Amino acid sequence: MPKIIFNTHDNKTHTIDVQNGLTVMEGAVQNDIPGIDADCGGGMACATCHVYVDEDWFQKLPQKDDGEEDMLDMAFEPKKNSRLSCQIIVSDELDGLVVNIPSKQS
Amino acid sequence: MNKTDALIIGAGPTGLFTAHQLKLIGLDCEIVDNLDKIGGQCIELYPDKPIYDIPAVPECTGEELTNNLINQIKPFSIKTHLGERVDEVKKEGEKWFVKTNLGTTFLTPNVIIAGGVGSFEPRKFPSKECEKFENKSIFYSVKDKKIFEGKTVSIFGGGDSALDWAVELSKSSKVNLIHRRDDFRGAQATVDKVHELAKSGKINLFTKYQLTNVSGKDNLESIEIKNDNKEIKTIKTDFALGFFGLIMQLGPIADWGLNIDKKTVVVDTEKFETNQKGIYAVGDICSYPGKLKLILSGFHEGALAARACFKLARPNEKYRFEFTTSSKTIKDRLGVKSD
Repeated sequence: MPKIIFNTHDNKTHTIDVQNGLTVMEGAVQNDIPGIDADCGGGMACATCHVYVDEDWFQKLPQKDDGEEDMLDMAFEPKKNSRLSCQIIVSDELDGLVVNIPSKQS
Repeated sequence: MNKTDALIIGAGPTGLFTAHQLKLIGLDCEIVDNLDKIGGQCIELYPDKPIYDIPAVPECTGEELTNNLINQIKPFSIKTHLGERVDEVKKEGEKWFVKTNLGTTFLTPNVIIAGGVGSFEPRKFPSKECEKFENKSIFYSVKDKKIFEGKTVSIFGGGDSALDWAVELSKSSKVNLIHRRDDFRGAQATVDKVHELAKSGKINLFTKYQLTNVSGKDNLESIEIKNDNKEIKTIKTDFALGFFGLIMQLGPIADWGLNIDKKTVVVDTEKFETNQKGIYAVGDICSYPGKLKLILSGFHEGALAARACFKLARPNEKYRFEFTTSSKTIKDRLGVKSD
């Protein structure tokens, strides 16, 4: 199973196994990773599963669609490498993906 | 003081259908919602997005679903209190005393929380400093546009609210529009208008910039914005308006003595009752083993919670299960002709 690495704002690292086909958000919620709220449950409607993707990984992810970019306008302190973790689907190619969780989601 | 058999908190699809179920079995109810319109997340988050998993409705938008539910409860005149947030729920004898932020009070044996993910509140600027100026020079909605006349207003955001207000206020104020990227997500006609006004110098457009700091004594005097290349600009301004949409917050529900697990309220699956007798939770806000956050689950939960309310609202009567197809009593309540 691919490993996904979450760096939380308190400088802790959480490495979890996430099944292929689940989203990074679902992996985080199922494993109680702190700082991913996911209020809307993956509907791309709330921007509370916002993460900063590690620069090396950012380019390797499939492009975000317009709806995701629109939601990121509302995220807390969005940056160039911002993504909604509900839109990143885990696959073998993403084994070792590193994402950083912002200090707050709202 | 409003007396009712059941008070529903939340006017989303689950709250509306729960009201329908209550009225069908002969109980009265009132609904309170923090938003200024009926529909909850369906209307606020995805009015135009199609939904494909409502039983017997192959496809409908959030807005259509809401309108259909409103039509379904039309036969019953249900009192709805919009733009009010329930702040207080406390025991008074055998009943619950409920009070909203506007001071409306209720006395009821049954409180049904159909609050989704809590109440919608505006998303605010990240900078802590902004709190000091909130409701004086920093706003997240416009109540009285006259206060901006002849002043400098810095508007943040890229959606319809930000663009509409930029266009509107540019008529009588100096407007700065600041957005984190070049693309705007508002209606194309408004986006075109904003670009036109920017060209003619009526709006100062700053794209790829975000707010980093605010300063001023009692009132806002200037703001600091930064772009992706870490260039910083300081802009003199009298007001800052932020339009970043709404965020859902559990809010006061956390203070009512309920068992809460990860921002949801724990219930049983027979009555959808919480750990407090006479307080129920249905829809996205409730949790139990196997819970699915689907609208259809909310309908089921509401139907069962409504039956549970009967016992406390009519302690001396026995609830009798009836079908809408055959019950004369139900047809009378619906105002339709019996065969």
